[in-house]
Amino acid sequence: MSEQVQENAPRGGMTVSDQVAIEINGMNKWYGQFHVLRDIDLTVYEGERIVICGPSGSGKSTLIRCINALEEHQQGSIVVDGTRLTSDLKNIDKIRSEVGMCFQHFNLFPHLTILENCTLAPIWVRKIPKKEAIETAMHYLEKVKIPDQANKYPGQLSGGQQQRVAIARSLCMRPRIMLFDEPTSALDPEMIKEVLDTMIELAEEGMTMLCVTHEMGFARQVANRVIFMADGQIVEQNEPEEFFNNPQSDRTQQFLSQILGH
Amino acid sequence: MTEKNIAYLRTSEAPTLPPPASEVGIRGWLWKNIFASMADYSSVSKTINSILMTILTVGSALFLYWIIAGLLDFTLFSATFSDPEGVKREACVVNAGACWPYVQAKWYQFMYGFYPAEEVWRVNVAMFLLAVGIAWLVFPMPRRGLVAALMLTAFPIVSFVLLNGMPIEHDGDLGKVFAGVWFPLIVAGVVGAGWFLARDGRLGEVAAAVAPILLMAAALFGLFAFLPLITAALDIALGTEVVETNQWGGLTITLVVAIAGIVASLPLGMLLALGRQSNAPILKYTSVIFIEVVRGIPLISVLFFASAMLPYFLEPGVDFNKLLRAMIGVMLFSAAYMAEVIRGGLQAMPKGQYEGGMSLGLSYWQQMRLIIMPQALTTVIPGIVNTFIGLFKDTTLVLIISIFDLLGMMNATLTDPTWATPTTAYTGYLVIALIYFVFCFGMSRYSVYMENKLHRGHR
Ligand SMILES: Nc1ncnc2c1ncn2[C@@H]1O[C@H](COP(=O)(O)OP(=O)(O)OP(=O)(O)O)[C@@H](O)[C@H]1O
Ligand SMILES: [Mg+2]
Repeated sequence: MSEQVQENAPRGGMTVSDQVAIEINGMNKWYGQFHVLRDIDLTVYEGERIVICGPSGSGKSTLIRCINALEEHQQGSIVVDGTRLTSDLKNIDKIRSEVGMCFQHFNLFPHLTILENCTLAPIWVRKIPKKEAIETAMHYLEKVKIPDQANKYPGQLSGGQQQRVAIARSLCMRPRIMLFDEPTSALDPEMIKEVLDTMIELAEEGMTMLCVTHEMGFARQVANRVIFMADGQIVEQNEPEEFFNNPQSDRTQQFLSQILGH
Repeated sequence: MTEKNIAYLRTSEAPTLPPPASEVGIRGWLWKNIFASMADYSSVSKTINSILMTILTVGSALFLYWIIAGLLDFTLFSATFSDPEGVKREACVVNAGACWPYVQAKWYQFMYGFYPAEEVWRVNVAMFLLAVGIAWLVFPMPRRGLVAALMLTAFPIVSFVLLNGMPIEHDGDLGKVFAGVWFPLIVAGVVGAGWFLARDGRLGEVAAAVAPILLMAAALFGLFAFLPLITAALDIALGTEVVETNQWGGLTITLVVAIAGIVASLPLGMLLALGRQSNAPILKYTSVIFIEVVRGIPLISVLFFASAMLPYFLEPGVDFNKLLRAMIGVMLFSAAYMAEVIRGGLQAMPKGQYEGGMSLGLSYWQQMRLIIMPQALTTVIPGIVNTFIGLFKDTTLVLIISIFDLLGMMNATLTDPTWATPTTAYTGYLVIALIYFVFCFGMSRYSVYMENKLHRGHR
């Protein structure tokens, strides 16, 4: 594994350290009788930006939801930032506050203003004084370019703006890892770019990112590894150029020809 | 499309014409809203429609006229307004309408029951405090959190002391007075510290979540703790004496029982609803059984049981205040109903809201308190207020265990032969109905206002 990362490391000035951020070993998950994830092995290094793609129902969402324990796995181990995911609530809360997550449907809290959405967790989980939390929130709202919407409610914002708020909300917890589950697939085309730009900026700052997306332009631009999943397994992983130009397995070729249009 | 294809292009703004006559004025309004639907005879089905509409409209109008004319006649034109000679029933019996002097004469009982007149200022002070507190919470005033906390803690204590009174023994029992001073101080200290810690999340999540419940428990506890202190002060200053609860009556009782039910039902209902949704089986089935059993029994039978059967089970001599029994019955009842209303709100919450909270590292109680409950309660405000209104009216059932609430008191005054006229009962029922209506309609309007306020902005 580490050799592969060495190869991938120098990309657009973004560096990957040899510190392990996430280590998944022999992980299996079932929904009742249904075997969703099979023998997943995955090591993510700090600063790595990984794009996960694959056909619908292949278990991409389930995989990244396992990483912050929104779903529990039944076999194997997941170690996030040195903490092993067990059913111990303390560990789970700790990991969730270190790992940010953005959802397809944003999941903002509609009864709170944008600013309150962003300060809620820092105040209640991190116990940061309110004033400081507001400063942090404004800092990140500026970063996603919507500080002027701070006192509106989520329902008053466009989809793209809402997703950027969701990113800012996660960043306010100062996470070490960010997970994205199809962050742009519920958006109109003209809003996709503004969200991707925010994510690219985040990547350039060296955030460790795992991103389920079918935006292949984004994958080429920022990813240092693309993972292809099918039927609950990791079928292929490679750096983007190799992955797109020279896919190894038939499943990958088939998938890429569908998604790239020809 | 290019410009060439456009046959006609208006180059100036169209002049604004006055709206057609059918749209303006009283005639326009009447036509559009009332007569237009009755005047379309262009086809068979439309003719039938128009005829039906005519019948319905005329019928409703006649009905309205009949009701209003009857009411006006009863309350005004044929009514007796005064009884200057003090001849009571003779003054009223000559007229066919309402007997207002009777209401005037019995108003005190409607409001206070058999509460001694020289002590009635205590009820008035309690009601005044209640009115101020509610007004403070209903209208956008500063520091509402503090006022709400006071209304939940200090107000029950103060009003209980006011209504009930509890003089210290006058035979120089100073130890009791001292106990009355120190005990409350300790309780206050503990509660204050708990509140402070919980508010800043320093006691951990569970404590923060149960802080409101702790406060209510502390209020109950404080009720006993503070009683000697407050009563001592009142007693020394004003010389209050005990007014047994069986002397309370009228609107006072209605409000005491209803407010106890309303205040207790929300937190208890929330806990039961969460319990019912919980994964922990014991918690879950306890909640389910409680809710289903309580919903499966009529309130009246519980009250009856409490009044007639409980003495058989208790040791002789143990007296469990009848009003307290009724209040507990009403509280448990309203809690079970409230739990189901709130559960409806919880089920309407999308899964993403829980996940959004979880992914930020919020604990279960934080998610419930900060994200889920505020939204769930907002969506079910109509149901909550509906339950409140039902509860308010159901309090009349305490009549069954001979506690005389507003309705019961009015019924009792009907037995007074000096006011026995054919219309006395109707007058009384009309007044009682009006009082209930004012309270219930007020609650209903307030819920509409809250809904509009809370739904503004989001979604
Ligand atoms: N809560 C659940 N209970 C049972 N089966 C589930 C559950 N969630 C997902 N699945 C199943 O698990 C499989 C993987 O789901 P997952 O959402 O991870 O797919 P995905 O790769 O993210 O697909 P998509 O691209 O459509 O989002 C699917 O077949 C789905 O039907
Ligand atoms: Mg998915």
